[in-house]
Amino acid sequence: MNLTLKIWRQKNANDKGKMVDYKISDVSPDMSFLEMLDVLNEQLINSGDEPVAFDHDCREGICGMCSLYINGEAHGPDRGVTTCQLHMRMFKDGDTIYIEPFRAKAFPVIKDLVVDRSAFDRIQHAGGFISVNTSGNTIDANAIPVNKQDADTAFEAATCIGCGACVASCKNSSAMLFVGAKVSQFALLPQGQVEATDRVMNMVKQMDEEGFGNCTNTGACEVECPKGISLENIARMNSEYLKASFKG
Amino acid sequence: MALDSKIPQGPLADKWTKHKNTIDLVNPANKRLIDVIVVGTGLAGGSAAATLAELGYNVKAFCFQDSPRRAHSIAAQGGINAAKNYQGDGDSTYRLFYDTVKGGDYRSREANVYRLAEVSANIIDQCVAQGVPFAREYGGLLDNRSFGGVLVSRTFYAAGQTGQQLLLGAYSAMNRQIGRGKIKMYNRHEMLDVVKVDGKARGIITRNLITGEIERHSAHAVVLGTGGYGNVFFLSTNAMGSNVTAAWKAHKRGAYFANPCYTQIHPTCIPVSGDHQSKLTLMSESLRNDGRIWVPKHIKDVEAIRAKKLKPTQIAEEDRDYYLERRYPAFGNLVPRDVASRAAKERCDAGYGVNATGEAVYLDFASAIERYGKEQAYIKGLDGNDTALVKKLGQEVVKAKYGNLFQMYFKIVDEDPYETPMMIYPAVHYTMGGVWVDYNLMTTVPGLYCIGEANFSDHGANRLGASALMQGLADGYFVLPYTIGDYLSDDIRTGPISTDTKEFEEAEKSVKEKLDFFINNEGKHSVDYFHKRLGKIMWNKVGMSRNVKGLTEAIAEIKALREQFWKEVSVPGTNEELNEELAKAGRVADFLELGELFAKDALVREESCGGHFREDSVELDGEQKGEALRNDEDFAYVAAWEYKGEPSDAVLHKEELEFKDIELKQRSYK
Repeated sequence: MNLTLKIWRQKNANDKGKMVDYKISDVSPDMSFLEMLDVLNEQLINSGDEPVAFDHDCREGICGMCSLYINGEAHGPDRGVTTCQLHMRMFKDGDTIYIEPFRAKAFPVIKDLVVDRSAFDRIQHAGGFISVNTSGNTIDANAIPVNKQDADTAFEAATCIGCGACVASCKNSSAMLFVGAKVSQFALLPQGQVEATDRVMNMVKQMDEEGFGNCTNTGACEVECPKGISLENIARMNSEYLKASFKG
Repeated sequence: MALDSKIPQGPLADKWTKHKNTIDLVNPANKRLIDVIVVGTGLAGGSAAATLAELGYNVKAFCFQDSPRRAHSIAAQGGINAAKNYQGDGDSTYRLFYDTVKGGDYRSREANVYRLAEVSANIIDQCVAQGVPFAREYGGLLDNRSFGGVLVSRTFYAAGQTGQQLLLGAYSAMNRQIGRGKIKMYNRHEMLDVVKVDGKARGIITRNLITGEIERHSAHAVVLGTGGYGNVFFLSTNAMGSNVTAAWKAHKRGAYFANPCYTQIHPTCIPVSGDHQSKLTLMSESLRNDGRIWVPKHIKDVEAIRAKKLKPTQIAEEDRDYYLERRYPAFGNLVPRDVASRAAKERCDAGYGVNATGEAVYLDFASAIERYGKEQAYIKGLDGNDTALVKKLGQEVVKAKYGNLFQMYFKIVDEDPYETPMMIYPAVHYTMGGVWVDYNLMTTVPGLYCIGEANFSDHGANRLGASALMQGLADGYFVLPYTIGDYLSDDIRTGPISTDTKEFEEAEKSVKEKLDFFINNEGKHSVDYFHKRLGKIMWNKVGMSRNVKGLTEAIAEIKALREQFWKEVSVPGTNEELNEELAKAGRVADFLELGELFAKDALVREESCGGHFREDSVELDGEQKGEALRNDEDFAYVAAWEYKGEPSDAVLHKEELEFKDIELKQRSYK
């Protein structure tokens, strides 16, 4: 396949940035999207140009490091995958592909397609944990049975990879799917009950301070989420928040 | 320097308890006066950082990714072993210990492995308390599955994403301490050297990967939890950024590097599809619980499949060769990884590979789907003879168990594994070798510790499935936090370590010189050009099957490639910015040194053991004919290499392995 790529280039956080056109040929449909960018970068390096900076690591859809807004969609046109799992067979010979960074006020661009998602970490620092020390003397793991359905739903919420596609896809740049997933995981497990009130209050407060927008129930986040994290998690967070507010 | 493993005296089962009772402790008030650096935030580094901070130490943690949650432990799929015996199938601490030593082909340290088995049960308790959502049964209790090389079900799991869930558990424990200010987290920082002061590890030099700034960080002790070096093969299941640099810099500063040739080639990975390939993807070993591995019995069928004239589902049962079940009736598809990988290679080398490159075998779920489907039909009172219904019900069960893996396979290969068998082939996955450590997990450099995959200690020459997660968390949560106190108890009056000393200055200068060299070199080849060539040499000559000729050639070729690299590598951009090529150049430079030592270690070890298979050391006759042959008389030792400049000058130190509680036997899975 021969393709035209229109890629966002931005030297650093202070640079204005612009779209730049590149041609790439002999792209195999079996390549992943990032392997296609590897080939482009190899070309750029060999011709003395600067390669395109993009985040990536595991290349199997689990670390959450890769991002990219491809043809106006977070992680591109396929569903249920991250950019590293997107394959070129989703595109046709002669296509023009627009590649931009995830855009949100809370995710400033560092360089080219690389953005700073440390706001997500700071939300987790505020309450994304259960305060239990590593003493080795906790109760036996089977001492508290957990309803299988609750355990499975908690697991589904916990599969969030923290990539930020939900924020990038939301017209309000809301992080409520991300925060809702963590709140839900613990809200569904008996171990999470003890700190439930503080957790949701602190996480939501931090989320607001980071400059993420609010949820207006458009559901774009759920559609673009590579892990299929459900909107129910936002509802559960809201109900946890309401409960916590009453408790004060 | 003679190696002292510091294994405590006394009976095996009492060693750890006795050791904990007799080592020095640091009192809580004094812990506040002590700084510890932890490099790497995977299961080992993340859990160590969290626990050390809980204990009261001031922790500085470093990772090269944009968040500690991205460390490659996250990609571990199948599960974590623990001797809980929840299934009542006869499991015990001793049995887990025994399986691990046997699985490691009797090349690990008994005392370390016993301790690992001993703390394994605590890990599960700890993780459940942290809110890790393990798979459960309908009664609400934890579910288990079985893994290769063992005869009990002791593996705890969270679908095919166990590593993710455990890492997020450790990450949440870290977050709590980051929020309290007890961990200072440095994301997007790469460690480029260890700094020694008066012979002790007292700090590190890092590069801020965004600004390019070179920074000095000091502490009373340094812990490396930086993972394995599988990417020396270029293609592996490791993450793109996984590297040996931290461990290698430690080696150059005096830490011995042990058993570099012990590498695990995982039997079930998605085969290579072309030259553009940047990494390989693992399909969890847990799939071998339900999948059956086979190739066609007849070459004519192989040819028809390659010509796309025949589909695997059209080959009759009697025309299939389920070669693992045939060769190893006792363990069948659940033989350990090294055995399964070699058996796949044997069939493919004999011409039975089922894809265009001839390097793939089938992993087939049809029988499992049918078995589960019938079971479900019976439970639900439906017609067990309705094939379509049985298939549908069976697929639902398989989906619940392995759904994410099947989806991953489908997205990469574009074939539906519910309908047609998966194609798989072995790929580099894990490195059992690593930095040599004593029983306290301290390297040969005082104050420098090494944990998780980065050290060599627990898996011998082959790691059993679901044991990497166990070791990472055991080291980080339950071993290192105790043993490091023994060393740090001497440092309570030391006070803060200054970075304004000649040792830090010297280390920083040499780091900067190397970076400047890369930027100014203006060679003609990219970093990847060299990395790919190194990978080819390693895979072809130091891979699944090794011989004297190939290893000797590999040593010479890697040396020549290294020389060419330093002359001709080209790195664009500048030092003072985010520059991935620059980071890669430093990592590949270290792989080019490690690769040679790796081959040298493989050449010296003239026996087959675990993942290290020497063609000149096989059983010549009897029932085991053609199987790997170990040589306990001459090689029951840990090979610990001391750095002396060029890899060819490295000096071998031997730690003899003593087996007091286990009788050494040739492994048999027949």
